Amino acid sequence: MKTLTCIACPIGCHLEVDVEHDYKVSGNQCKKGELFGKKELQNPTRTVTSTVKISGGLYPRVPVKTSDEIPKAKIFEVMEELNAIVLKSPVKMNQIILKNVANTGVDIITTRSM
Amino acid sequence: MNEYDAIIIGGGSAGLAAAISLYNEGVKDILLLERDKELGGILNQCIHNGFGLKVFKEELTGPEYAERYKQEFLEKNIAYKTSTMVIKCSKDRVVEYANEEEGFVQIKGKAILLTTGCYERNAGAIALPGHRPSGVITAGAAQKYLNMDGYLVGKKVFILGSGDIGLIMARRMTLEGAEVLGVAEVMPYSGGLKRNIVQCLDDYNIPLYLSHTVTEIIGEEHIEQIVLQEVKDFVPLEGTKKVFDVDTLLLSIGLIPEQSLAEQVGIVLDKKTRGPIVDDSYQTSVDGYFACGNALHVHDLVDFVSKESSQAGKAVADFLKQNTKKSEAIPTIPKKGISYIVPQKIHLDHQNQALDLFFRVDNVYQNQDIVLTSNQKEIKRYKKRHLAPAEMEKIILPPALLKELQGDLELSVEVRDQ
Repeated sequence: MKTLTCIACPIGCHLEVDVEHDYKVSGNQCKKGELFGKKELQNPTRTVTSTVKISGGLYPRVPVKTSDEIPKAKIFEVMEELNAIVLKSPVKMNQIILKNVANTGVDIITTRSM
Repeated sequence: MNEYDAIIIGGGSAGLAAAISLYNEGVKDILLLERDKELGGILNQCIHNGFGLKVFKEELTGPEYAERYKQEFLEKNIAYKTSTMVIKCSKDRVVEYANEEEGFVQIKGKAILLTTGCYERNAGAIALPGHRPSGVITAGAAQKYLNMDGYLVGKKVFILGSGDIGLIMARRMTLEGAEVLGVAEVMPYSGGLKRNIVQCLDDYNIPLYLSHTVTEIIGEEHIEQIVLQEVKDFVPLEGTKKVFDVDTLLLSIGLIPEQSLAEQVGIVLDKKTRGPIVDDSYQTSVDGYFACGNALHVHDLVDFVSKESSQAGKAVADFLKQNTKKSEAIPTIPKKGISYIVPQKIHLDHQNQALDLFFRVDNVYQNQDIVLTSNQKEIKRYKKRHLAPAEMEKIILPPALLKELQGDLELSVEVRDQ
């Protein structure tokens, strides 16, 4: 039995995951908690949020995120690829600026217009 | 002097939601004033995700959440000014502002809504001992430098205070190549949300030192070291000193409602929330002045700021339509285990709609009841599995229940009868 704190939402349920019995989750208050408990112990993933350079914008940086969660182990590889990006204003919110980041099958998208 | 039905001071999440709500209620003669160069407030620098789960039923980053509200606000063509600083407000609702284009201007509002957000407690607020070198900075300031301007303030970082912004910055600075050596929290429990402990500290093996604080700052020009010490009842314990070589100390030691304008007007503030005392229509002690969002009390989730501000906008619209009742208000009194309740007083004669009571507890509690009493009579009990000061609680009082209330309304935490 493994215990962990659910991060699917800010409530932060205390989960118990029965690793020996098909990763059965208890202590969750919603379906998301069950999914999180199973995934966190088998293939933990995270959304990465950061910024990239932009020229001609209101600010010199524009915020971005991964369009979906990526494997936790690839976080720093994603950060590395973001360093190479320089955008030109204007950009729209949720515009794809990099496809298949760090071979995850996930894209990088902007999180605001600028 | 130009006159408006409603003047909204502050164009962050609270101001935008209140403006939209006012407009939807038919009040269109609105002016919103924002000191920053764009709307959106602090959300613009909160590039992490976790916003919007309640309002939009999906997980958004701060800028995305802000942009949705900005779009809705702009579509309505509500008048607003950015890069505009409100300098003074008066009891007769004259607002003085200044900006580059117009210079100094006086306007008047039938209603004024304070949505000025909150500010960070700084080193002076906790009498931080030791030298006063550079490199000691609030977490929110470091967040703005990094996320908007592209400057990383340091490479070897220690964080004092486990508030959410500090936790978020621990992860953010780690991702950008800094080494975060630890987070110290003087209380025996974290001041931030649990999910942030997990995904910001545990994910990156950053230690959280509970019941610890920074007892010395060393460095002449720039910070060089900090001394960390365990504390018991706020007193540092002998023999527990640890020294860390750092180039930055981030402070995440709490937020305080920004109420310098309210103080000018003579609005009565709550000693605990540090925001105005308001009634159930979000009206302060000065007629025609309203407050909501973090300017009223500091929230953990922006979704609650938006919801509250939307209600406040509706209440301001009612006030302008002269629908607000003038009955005697009864106070809401925090008793055992409760640190504050907002609103601090409620009117009982218009209760055909449910009323939200927001409150915080003063400690961590497991399996307790929140007990609602009125005139020493127990009205209702709410079972709670987990209560913590970092997590704002809300109970909804339906109209039928409000009709039962006689005198003062009290809330307390009680051990559950098994």
